[in-house]
Amino acid sequence: MQVTVTVNGEETSGDIEPRLLLVHYLRNHLGLRGTHWGCDTSNCGACTVWLDGLPVKSCTTLAVQADGRRVRTVEDLETGGVLDPVQEGFVQEHGLQCGFCTPGMLMMARALLDRDPDPDTTTIREAISGNLCRCTGYENIVRAVRWAAEHTTAEVTA
Amino acid sequence: MTVTEVPTSAAGNPIGFGRMIRKEDARFVRGQGNYVDDINLPGMLHGALLRSSYAHARIVSIDTTAAEAHPKVKAVITGKILETLKLAWMPTLSGDVQSVLATDKVRFQGQEVAFVVAEDEYAARDALELIEVEYEPLGVVADARRALLPDAPLIRDDLEGRTDNKIYDWEAGDAARCDEVFAHADVVVAEDIIYPRVHPAPMETCGAVASMDKVTGKLTIWTTTQAPHAHRTLYALVAGLPEHKIQVISPDIGGGFGNKVGIYPGYVCAIVGSIVTGAPVKWVEDRSENLMSTSFARDYHMHGEIAATRDGKVLGLRVNVLADHGAFNGVAQPTKFPAGFFHIFTGSYDYPAAHCKVTAVYSNKAPGGVAYACSFRITEAVYLVERMMDCLAFELKRDPAELRMQNLLRPEQFPYTTPTGWEYDSGDYPRALTEAMRIAGYDELRREQAARRADPSDDTPLMGIGLSFFTEGVGAGPRKHMDILGLGMADGCELRIHPTGKAQLRLSVQTQGQGHETTFAQIVSHVIGIPPEDIEVIHGDTDNTPFGLGTYGSRSTPVSGAAAAVAAQRVKEKARIVAAAALECSVDDLEWEHGRWFVKGDPEQGKTMQELAMAAHSSLELPEGVEGHLDASVVYNPPNLTYPFGAYICVVDVDPQTGVVKVRRFIAVDDCGPRINPMIVEGQIHGGLADGIGMALMEVIAFDAEGNNLGGSFMDYLLPTSMECPSWELGETVTPSPHHPIGAKGVGESATVGSPAAVVNAVLDALQIRQADMPLTPAAVWRAMQGRPLRPDLAIE
Amino acid sequence: MQVPAPFAYERATSVEHALSLLEQGGSEARLLAGGHSLLPMMKLRLARPETLIDINGLTDLDYVTLDGTELAIGAMTRHATVLDSAVLGEHYRIFADAERVIADPLVRNRGTIGGSICQADPAEDLSAVLSALRATAVIRSSTATRTVALRDFHRGPYETAVGTAEILTEIRVPVRPGVGSAYEKVERRAGDWAVAAAGAFVQLRDGVIGDVGIGLAAVGAAHFTCPEAEAALLGQAPSAEAVGAAAAICARSCHPQTDQRGPEDYKRHLARVLVERALNRSIARAGGTER
Repeated sequence: MQVTVTVNGEETSGDIEPRLLLVHYLRNHLGLRGTHWGCDTSNCGACTVWLDGLPVKSCTTLAVQADGRRVRTVEDLETGGVLDPVQEGFVQEHGLQCGFCTPGMLMMARALLDRDPDPDTTTIREAISGNLCRCTGYENIVRAVRWAAEHTTAEVTA
Repeated sequence: MTVTEVPTSAAGNPIGFGRMIRKEDARFVRGQGNYVDDINLPGMLHGALLRSSYAHARIVSIDTTAAEAHPKVKAVITGKILETLKLAWMPTLSGDVQSVLATDKVRFQGQEVAFVVAEDEYAARDALELIEVEYEPLGVVADARRALLPDAPLIRDDLEGRTDNKIYDWEAGDAARCDEVFAHADVVVAEDIIYPRVHPAPMETCGAVASMDKVTGKLTIWTTTQAPHAHRTLYALVAGLPEHKIQVISPDIGGGFGNKVGIYPGYVCAIVGSIVTGAPVKWVEDRSENLMSTSFARDYHMHGEIAATRDGKVLGLRVNVLADHGAFNGVAQPTKFPAGFFHIFTGSYDYPAAHCKVTAVYSNKAPGGVAYACSFRITEAVYLVERMMDCLAFELKRDPAELRMQNLLRPEQFPYTTPTGWEYDSGDYPRALTEAMRIAGYDELRREQAARRADPSDDTPLMGIGLSFFTEGVGAGPRKHMDILGLGMADGCELRIHPTGKAQLRLSVQTQGQGHETTFAQIVSHVIGIPPEDIEVIHGDTDNTPFGLGTYGSRSTPVSGAAAAVAAQRVKEKARIVAAAALECSVDDLEWEHGRWFVKGDPEQGKTMQELAMAAHSSLELPEGVEGHLDASVVYNPPNLTYPFGAYICVVDVDPQTGVVKVRRFIAVDDCGPRINPMIVEGQIHGGLADGIGMALMEVIAFDAEGNNLGGSFMDYLLPTSMECPSWELGETVTPSPHHPIGAKGVGESATVGSPAAVVNAVLDALQIRQADMPLTPAAVWRAMQGRPLRPDLAIE
Repeated sequence: MQVPAPFAYERATSVEHALSLLEQGGSEARLLAGGHSLLPMMKLRLARPETLIDINGLTDLDYVTLDGTELAIGAMTRHATVLDSAVLGEHYRIFADAERVIADPLVRNRGTIGGSICQADPAEDLSAVLSALRATAVIRSSTATRTVALRDFHRGPYETAVGTAEILTEIRVPVRPGVGSAYEKVERRAGDWAVAAAGAFVQLRDGVIGDVGIGLAAVGAAHFTCPEAEAALLGQAPSAEAVGAAAAICARSCHPQTDQRGPEDYKRHLARVLVERALNRSIARAGGTER
């Protein structure tokens, strides 16, 4: 099947099998390897991307379902060479160790802050409850999201 | 050793120890990490493994015709084909052999049976369904306690002369002395305690891309390994490939936790696939394969006995362990220690007498046992002693903190030799416990608990406070005592200072998220005063790094960190000689401060490390016998292990009607010596504490009577989320290691070692019962309250 | 990662189009809504439909409205919408209670209320919620529209009243003034399926229970409810005794299965505890004593 998917603002297309998962379309067809996968049963959230502005599990979405739609991945967070505050927050607050769950966490964090710019730590924990991490014990991820809530892009540049 | 004020570099980083953001983050937050599944080579093919659905069965036939006929399939490899290459079996890290692809029988559910190589991973999966295997099911050993019964099916009939499922008996300590102590003690408390089978489950599964270049004869393998050099040597020994023609590369690793130490059949199959097809072959396992076939952890069934005076002074500790190793003995640990370091089980206390006996058995389950941050079975040892201390406290009706304080080793007792031969070199245990109790507000917590107990209602949550005090021995280890498959556990390190004063540090160890690119730069920075941003840490590629045994058992800082410090020290001393030559004075006239050698009493007369680096490469004449450049190469043989320790306190609230446990607080005081980067140390601790919650409350791989793996996906093997973890409260004490060049001890596994007992003790404290096994799921808690506890390792009945 | 077997894919542009595709596809065609029940099963190759009919384009089935004396929820309404719906929150807090503990935020962005109850998992929380509320399912074929009471909707595990060439289009819930409702769930961990769960609504009239509904998930309760317990409560004062007796009836009459989430006796015990808690909170909310 022919599909056209707008990924990170750019139109992409491909001739793909209906069963091709969105995560594989992104990683293997487009070479966007920042989105990872970590399980078979839609439990871990490592594959989180945005579909029409909402965070979803790209391992549980067919690429054909993104035909005509907009997808956003971690590669789109940095703009004009400046990190998004969520990215800077993860760096400043040591919100990552091995980095494998990180893209999913970042996409979830960015979606949360777009909806709720000043979330308390309970809200943050609920928002990332579908993203598993084996390294950090979550505390620094929560602090990283709070950092992003408290700092603007201008402060990231500075 | 005290850490004096640390100067800051132009980039704002500490020149030495201190909080510093990580260098590796730049690529990870941009999604530009390079993990094994990100590797893409021209013409690369994809492999997939067919696995057994039976736990124990004879293989009658394997028909691969249909799979081979699939238009996208390039090769199908079976055990029979591997036999012709003498690769159907491979040695394990414990002197046993393990099947690469099954030939005669399958011995655990999920065991590797055939390997398909296809153009893409979807086709490879499709082709698996076209392979027909005929099995003849056999009786199953799915319960370790049945492994040695007379009628138990024989699992390892491939081993000549084998008549039962016992792997070994091993003991340590003084049984006779214990018998005497126990016979005369006021109080003896015995308890059966299971540390169930769990799994490290890093977020990235295991995999490899193998590329054999037919023309050059060079095999390059990108793989998820915590020990790239060990893998290279093993491939050479096992596959008969010349070692100088093998390059093992660990790219970025998405978590290891001991899951990525051994060589898995999939890696070998990928190599064979590449040789057979002439193309690179990628094999990355899926999550169910990871949980069902790669190295599990623990599965220790322990019977512990503690002898004490009626006043609570401990006198003796003995334990019998039934250890379930799975179908092959593949535990990764130093050769002389078949039960790892379990015999450190007297823990942090003054036990005059101790004895342990470990009986290891085969079962129809995946092989493994040493993994998941266990520090070579110290997780099991600490769990045992910390649970036993609480059992004793329960019997004597003593406060568990008080009882521990009474029995902790005192600072003046160090160096202390345990009844099983461990030499703890340093520690101030009472101080750590006092600090943890202070942070927790322990007395107030007990008052709150008492008030609640005095006036309970049906729905009032039951409050529990649990402690755990651990000592672990890490940083394996002195090569005289510690080797893995004959390779001594001494590690190399190379430091090179370039003419412009920038440095490259090559490590033998392999980070999987611990931040080595930052912390090791900080170690060198600390010694030679070059900013950490000017020090590039290189690791993971066996062509570019010195030999070593890799990262596990928290050994990177104790061993490789020491190597880096020693290398830096040698460079610093070499620079002194260069400085003396440049300043035309004697080396004895020179003093050092902040990255600069200068003339005593005349500080203007000095040279920075950067200047000395250029000078060392220049035409400057150096003394007779002194070589140019500014490099050092070290092989560090640690004189002893290091002994991090800590005191943990967990507070829980248990719903008495449902058994649901909420972790209210977790206080962790750790002593890992001086902290190179406190931010990174705390991150390591946070992660390990989450492991404790996971294992105490939800993680288990259980089996039913047919040997079906009941924890083979993330629907069943539950990892803690952000909802179950509290906001960790950390404290520290600093007791440097007396032998480590910078006094550091390692910390990567401490929290995983110490935390499960704290949580379990807290829940049992809430319920006011003496024993129940983890995971304490709501059902397990409720059944424990009913006096009918569940066995966690079997199917629930 | 595991991946599905090959299949044909059709994208429906309207309900009529979806129905005609279903007629063409027969029993080997499955509707793809949120996909978070079906796609995981297909990846494990436990489900192998020949054709998937994607109905995510049927955005006209994504709504929550007050339609006279009933709340109307389109079958394609996402869990996240149900969770955040002010309209539903105003009338039945049981919805938000349940949605908060269904799966995780990512799944809730895609999974739909229609897809969930059509999957008919015996542990499906929304099935219990809608049974408790005595909701009605609106089912369309190309020739007719019919309604089925939610309590008749589930025919067995993974089996519903929806025929092969039919689509669930809407769920209707009667509005009950002054009602209080709640949902209680025990899970091993956030996001897990229920070990057991119970929901209820209570409507008080002149100080006694005028109307009540009970829903049960994951305990093998027929049609996710317990009519005998409901009957025992009608006309009673909302006392601890009455609630306790009703909860005991629920525990007695359900059929929990032992599995790795828990043994049968524990689940039966939970049925009682959670029905009690759901009823008590519903009563408090109906009386305005809990906010």
